[in-house]
Amino acid sequence: MRTAIFPAAFDQLDAIRLFAGQAARDAGLEGSDIDAVELAVDEACSNIIEHAYQGMHGGDIECTCDLGQNSLTIALRDHGVPFDASALPFPDVTSNLAHRKLGGLGVYLIRTLMDEVRFEPLGKSGNVLTMTIRGKHPK
Amino acid sequence: MEIKTQRLKHCDLLSVMGKVDSYTAPDLSKAIEAVTKEGRYKIVLDVSKLEYMSSAGFRALLVGQKVCKRYNRGEVVLAAVPTRIMEALDLTGFTTLFKIFADVTLAVGNI
Repeated sequence: MRTAIFPAAFDQLDAIRLFAGQAARDAGLEGSDIDAVELAVDEACSNIIEHAYQGMHGGDIECTCDLGQNSLTIALRDHGVPFDASALPFPDVTSNLAHRKLGGLGVYLIRTLMDEVRFEPLGKSGNVLTMTIRGKHPK
Repeated sequence: MEIKTQRLKHCDLLSVMGKVDSYTAPDLSKAIEAVTKEGRYKIVLDVSKLEYMSSAGFRALLVGQKVCKRYNRGEVVLAAVPTRIMEALDLTGFTTLFKIFADVTLAVGNI
């Protein structure tokens, strides 16, 4: 188990991806699974910055990585406004250009890339998002 | 992220390098806008040196495509898409919204 706390700001996304990507490698994940972890964590943190903290400065994101054997569980905790991303409708990724919506892609990617995803709004305490990926590239 | 814009005869070539996420995507939007604001709507994005792109980058591409396609034969096309980015484009159904060429020469020749 390892934890790092990052300021909730877009310029931290690179460092957050690096932290989660390294945890994925250390858990034995490979190739596209590592890419999936980095993208899912980025999308989740972007949502936290945008929706939980609503662009306000001074918030933080606590990232805890629980390394399994060829699996990884990541918990992202914020202290912002509660939001339940699981309530968002899935975007239609087959619609044509004219009807293609701009929003909802981040949560869609998280749900598609990760094997288990749980959003927990904690009222005044913020939110916890827990997601697990199991390696698809067995050694 | 770094973007180089090169004006060719009948299109503009934007080379996007590095990482596009929520932090850097606004710069990608601005680079595309800078071209369309000059009344030029044929854009080739060379992404051969793109290391990473999140949905923030996809949104910038989508907005650009919506603007360009409003005009006669205007279009944003992608050239030399790295595998890891292709996978995310596929997942989000973006491969149906953009023509994708194996390299820049093909893209410039066919836009």
